[in-house]
Amino acid sequence: MADNERVDVLIVGSGASGAAVAWSLADTRMRILCLEQGDWVKSSELPSNGRDWEARRHTDFDISPNRRGRDTDYPVNDDNSPMKVANFNGVGGGTVIYTAHWPRMHPSDFRVKSLDGVADDWPLDYWALERFYEENDRMMGVSGLAGDPGVPPRHPPMPPVPLGKTGTRYAQAMNRLGWHWWPSDTTIATTPYEGRAPCINLGHCTPGCAQGAKASTDLTYWPLAIRAGVELRTRCRVREITTNELGMATGAIYYDADGQERFQPAEIVILACNGIGTPRLLLNSASARFPDGLANSSGLVGRNLMLHPWPIVSGHVADALDGGRAPMNTMWSKQFYETDTSRGFVRGYTLQFGRGTGPASEAIAGAASGRLPWGRAHHRAYRKLLDHRVGIGVACEDLPEEHNRVTLDPVLKDSHGIPAPKIDYAISENTRLMMEHGIARAEEILAAAGATGIQASRTVLNSPGHLLGTARMGNDPARSVVNGWGRSHDVKNLFIVDGSIWVTSGGVNPTSTIQALALYIADQMKRRLANLFD
Amino acid sequence: MGNDADTGLSAAELGALRAIAGAMIPADGGLGMPGADDPGIQADIVRSLGRDLVPVRAALAAIMTTAAGGFAAMDPDGREALIERWFAGGGEPAATFARVILGAYYRDDRVLLAVGMEPRAPFPKGYALDQGDWSLLDAVRGRQAFWRDDRIGAAGTATGTGGER
Ligand SMILES: Cc1cc2nc3c(=O)[nH]c(=O)nc-3n(C[C@H](O)[C@H](O)[C@H](O)COP(=O)(O)OP(=O)(O)OC[C@H]3O[C@@H](n4cnc5c(N)ncnc54)[C@H](O)[C@@H]3O)c2cc1C
Repeated sequence: MADNERVDVLIVGSGASGAAVAWSLADTRMRILCLEQGDWVKSSELPSNGRDWEARRHTDFDISPNRRGRDTDYPVNDDNSPMKVANFNGVGGGTVIYTAHWPRMHPSDFRVKSLDGVADDWPLDYWALERFYEENDRMMGVSGLAGDPGVPPRHPPMPPVPLGKTGTRYAQAMNRLGWHWWPSDTTIATTPYEGRAPCINLGHCTPGCAQGAKASTDLTYWPLAIRAGVELRTRCRVREITTNELGMATGAIYYDADGQERFQPAEIVILACNGIGTPRLLLNSASARFPDGLANSSGLVGRNLMLHPWPIVSGHVADALDGGRAPMNTMWSKQFYETDTSRGFVRGYTLQFGRGTGPASEAIAGAASGRLPWGRAHHRAYRKLLDHRVGIGVACEDLPEEHNRVTLDPVLKDSHGIPAPKIDYAISENTRLMMEHGIARAEEILAAAGATGIQASRTVLNSPGHLLGTARMGNDPARSVVNGWGRSHDVKNLFIVDGSIWVTSGGVNPTSTIQALALYIADQMKRRLANLFD
Repeated sequence: MGNDADTGLSAAELGALRAIAGAMIPADGGLGMPGADDPGIQADIVRSLGRDLVPVRAALAAIMTTAAGGFAAMDPDGREALIERWFAGGGEPAATFARVILGAYYRDDRVLLAVGMEPRAPFPKGYALDQGDWSLLDAVRGRQAFWRDDRIGAAGTATGTGGER
């Protein structure tokens, strides 16, 4: 096996968290290397450059790695889960194809045990992260509007994405009902921002942004980190983290772009492979010294997987609205976010208001839902659908349960023969009650907006790619995998910074918090450099 | 008969595809819509089968079996009824088949123009988006903060106090 030159810090994974931690640590002048299994994605190769842009959402830009099937992807056995795994494996990770919705966790999300008697409190609170949220908002470039009474103060550097016809329609309905709404924070540039051009409304942001208005970390953190001396090596898939007789990590064995097996020695190893990739790598790193997988003395590696069940309620109104010619994000509502036990469940959800979709996608959704008939009635029915869609997502907090977990599949392997992850996941009773409450409220809102043919999709279409909780943080080594600043309890030079360290999930899209946490951990590491392994 | 070298479909399958697609989305001269059996659209469907070839073949075979070989002889009402019935219970092959037909149909220039869309890629021109009516936010702006502040009060009582700190 070929050996590389030793580095001070080895980061595995270049997505949301890997990029943020690399950038933050760069000012230490340590030698930092990131290994990423995927490629750089060129903006000229993104779907919205071509007439086949909608079709490519079902092929090389599908959100499911199983369907996408690039050689840089790894398969995930998600047969035993009503929710399917979505991700992207390349420089920028999931941020290349995310929707760029940018809510933060609420302060109460970090204190669910103290406030509501469920799950566990986090070992840190919102206020410890606040300045990292702010720093991350500036780095990613956030559009939004200060002054929202539903969330703690924040200062988006750019104005919000326009309400448009669709947002106006929702706002009228929400005002009629007297419920809270506010324009969503998003990482879509609405003005020129740090070399990024403003949004020109290419449509749903998920299959990547050819304009470069959406903040993916290949555009935000990485250019700065690389300029500051960090090395990023693509098409390098890490198979396992190695350890020595002292129980310290020594580096990683990986396959390079030519498929050659290599050893990368490192003083510090940081995992940023997401809530599925990180437990997979830890479990694949089992050895005589760590027979149950690395950093797994608690037995919690892979457990407590949280996926955010996300029903979508949709209907169609008589007037033509924005359709799919604008970002999906319009506004959010925090009306039902905080616990109200009279609802029959604890914790809560964000309502996320979407726009329409493209011409083929509208037809496909219409056929699947039975709204669009085949035959001679097809064309007239279609005209009532295209550009008339309204839809609300119910972003439910998913509480941790140990039986929801990532393990290694006994049969399935990736293209290098490395065992693939398998997930077992079921929706809890509390979440089910929350989902039904949210669906009923969304139906009321859509009815108030004048929609007809209102339907709820409970889980079938849901794969939001929020992969959380499988290497949770905590102060008790028996009940957590990493400590309150991301260091493994068992292996003192091994850190985890991605979504797997979450203790609970909140009812929000996770990436602003994932990155704020990564910046917080990097800051803690820098403060403790002299005695990092004590 | 052998398979078409480019598509993997036999001539019989291509014929079935044309007949079924034409029944799913027939032409409508009044609205300016071609049918999905239009040669240009058929060529696009066939070209884009790719990884969906297997379920599409399964769908064609299943529909033809359901029609007991008589699809071509059915009148439009009969074809539509059969197709609606089959799609309702067709599972994954039906969903894939629908996606392939609709994906090609709704990117045809004539179709897009007839439904009021410009036949072009989104980039680089993009689209315009109205600001909308921001005055609607006035109803919310003045409200008291209602996120639950964990720094004050006991469990369940700490609402409505979030301010700049
Ligand atoms: C379709 C979609 C829409 C989304 N929309 C939103 C949204 O609107 N708002 C929001 O907040 N979040 C959204 N998300 C979620 C968001 O993408 C993730 O929360 C975020 O990217 C997770 O960051 P991470 O650092 O934990 O991991 P990732 O960003 O997933 O990065 C992990 C990286 O590690 C690499 N990797 C994994 N294993 C290995 C290995 N063994 N060797 C080398 N490299 C490896 C992967 O290739 C990948 O690049 C969305 C996700 C998807 C898929």
